[in-house]
Amino acid sequence: MNIIKNRYVYFFISLLVIIPGLVFMGLNWQRTKVGPLELGIDFRGGSLLEVQIDGTLPSVTDISSLYSEFSTETEPIVDPVVQSLGTDGFSIRSKTMSDETKGKIVAEMETRFGSKVTVLNFSSVSPSVGAEVTVAAGWAILAAAAAILGYIWWAFRSVEHAYRYGTAAILAMLHDVLVVVGVEAILGYFLGWEADALFLTALLTVIGFSVHDTIVVFDRVRENSTVYRRVEYEKMVNHSIVQTLDRSITTQLTVMFTLFALVLFGGDSIRHFVIILLVGIFSGTYSSIFNAAPILVVWENREWTTWFKRKEATI
Amino acid sequence: MRNRNNWLILIVILVAFSLWIDLSKNIAIINPFNDKPIVERNVDVKLGLDLRGGLQALLEADVPADTVITTEELTNAKNILQNRANALGVSEITMQTAGDRRIVAEFPGVTNPEEVVATLKQTALLEFVDMGSTPAPVGSLIQTDFGVENPAATTDTGETIYHTVITGAGLETASVTRSQAGAYEISFILKPDSTNIFAEYTTANRGKFLAIVLDKQVVSAPTINDPITDGQGVITGNFTQEEAQTLAVQLRSGALPIPIKVVESRTIGATLGEESIRKSVLAGLIGLSVVILFMAFNYQLPGLIADMALICYALFSLMLFKLIPVTLTLPGIAGFILSVGMAVDANVLIFERLKEELRAGRNIRQAIDLAWSRAWPSIRDSNTSTLITCVILFLFGNTFGASMVKGFSVTLALGVGISLFTAIIVTRTFLHTVLDGMKLTDHPRWFGL
Repeated sequence: MNIIKNRYVYFFISLLVIIPGLVFMGLNWQRTKVGPLELGIDFRGGSLLEVQIDGTLPSVTDISSLYSEFSTETEPIVDPVVQSLGTDGFSIRSKTMSDETKGKIVAEMETRFGSKVTVLNFSSVSPSVGAEVTVAAGWAILAAAAAILGYIWWAFRSVEHAYRYGTAAILAMLHDVLVVVGVEAILGYFLGWEADALFLTALLTVIGFSVHDTIVVFDRVRENSTVYRRVEYEKMVNHSIVQTLDRSITTQLTVMFTLFALVLFGGDSIRHFVIILLVGIFSGTYSSIFNAAPILVVWENREWTTWFKRKEATI
Repeated sequence: MRNRNNWLILIVILVAFSLWIDLSKNIAIINPFNDKPIVERNVDVKLGLDLRGGLQALLEADVPADTVITTEELTNAKNILQNRANALGVSEITMQTAGDRRIVAEFPGVTNPEEVVATLKQTALLEFVDMGSTPAPVGSLIQTDFGVENPAATTDTGETIYHTVITGAGLETASVTRSQAGAYEISFILKPDSTNIFAEYTTANRGKFLAIVLDKQVVSAPTINDPITDGQGVITGNFTQEEAQTLAVQLRSGALPIPIKVVESRTIGATLGEESIRKSVLAGLIGLSVVILFMAFNYQLPGLIADMALICYALFSLMLFKLIPVTLTLPGIAGFILSVGMAVDANVLIFERLKEELRAGRNIRQAIDLAWSRAWPSIRDSNTSTLITCVILFLFGNTFGASMVKGFSVTLALGVGISLFTAIIVTRTFLHTVLDGMKLTDHPRWFGL
């Protein structure tokens, strides 16, 4: 099997996923004016109320107008975004409101619609905290990338050009981040998904896993580079990928099994989180086989000097 | 060989111990000589708010962003809030400081979050405010310069900003007394430092007005007739007995060193929590079973041994969750289920190596040892990168009281740690025990060759 030979095909496949993601990030940006993703209240601030209603269901406009009545100058909660939740509930997003106001609104819902209203979930985040969380999230991702880069550099210090391994791993990681954020942007555009703290958790986990996978492949390259000193670099890297391929696929499958079980049986509240994890972990395995290791070869051959034309290898 | 038997004994003991912990809600070790318990502990699984329902509130010091808050002030505020919350009769309240200006409060199982938040928010910030010669009317809301650096004389909208002489933090005690005319009033005693400030101020401003302000609202604005140098004073106003009593309690237990506001609150209904537990446990069991079947199918005999190690892994993890104790949240469970996949990875790395070594014609015992030593660097390096992200997630979650993020990072990190132990020690010991006497040529298919 020769994976290295077709490396530009695999780079192209990655772009096929990443470019639509970027397009939708742009579309989201245009729509929200804030950023490439629909941000949840964890980052943006605001309130989310999820209720289950036993009895006659009010209409979306009923709820909207009820909110407007409770809107004040300090808590402007007019025009909430109301969505159905299952068959007998609503999820209502608005500007930040206090627990007190929420209590009044729920009580008013009960009297006005004559139904029993159960609060499933209520979150309220002030915009200042949201903004702070967003900044910290950015730092968390950068810190993770920097720490991992440093670690790989150190772990591969005995190999020639150790920094290449770190950089290639970070590039593969960047690939996975772009895929995950891109998929979130697309799903957010069509399904109205919002990026929340759990999305960030999923993203950081994907970063960890992506590098985890890349290191397994690189470890083989590290080992083989001392064993096959006379073999051409390209051939040696390809051999390393093929040797670790069984393991990559098996691990990929076991993680997929557990995540699929969570998607199918794990309930609504974490489905978004698990789907993002699934996408990211698939991308993580793909990128370590088809991006990270080939990047080493591109670098070794300095292919940018020949306009990314492959040097014909004799494998 | 002897070494291996020792490991086997240790593993058996660990499995027995973990079964004991996993299956009990309380553990007790009784001293046989005097029948007194040596160790007694509740080891029930601790569930997070998202699984059992309840309220989580993130409280923040309500002072300008550049005001420095000491750790002591924040800890004191936390303790006072804790006392206040305990009075509500809700069990298992936890309060923790998060970062340098926030407190996370968790109230499992509460159904009336509005009341709880209202109780917490009664900041009862008491200030003695310099009114100069023209006091603000009783009952009016005023602006003070407490917590403001280089205060201006007026706000942007032209309101006067009054100077705060001392705050409730300087109060030693407060109690209800009655004046000679029979009116209810509150007597207070100041702490030594505040006594000095107060003495100095009242001496210099005799004849001026000093307002007693509670939560920025003027309670009374008496004239300073005589300097108060002994740190003892009286607050008068038109109080009923009940009002005076409440005020005294607020001043005693509720004089927060810093004002507090709620910046984030999350309520999860109990029904959603129950459903989540049921579903995620089911998902976990299904996931684990599929992985067990897959490993047995894919790696034959070694796969079955890895499955035993995987079951040990699940038992040990649950034991640690209960002993530490780790508060399980929904993402925490997801992190654990994900780490099952990672736990298998170490075994997979070793088994793939094992196959290679066997194909290269080594005997089984050599092959097992070689597979381990060669797979180890990649297991070590790859898991380190996962642990690095766990640390960063934990720090992030800790600063913002995001217990969901924190829970995920803790269970994932624990999972990685335990999986290293089971992959390195447990699987290897089992493999040697079962396989050492075996010849590959007898049953090559058992190894998937």
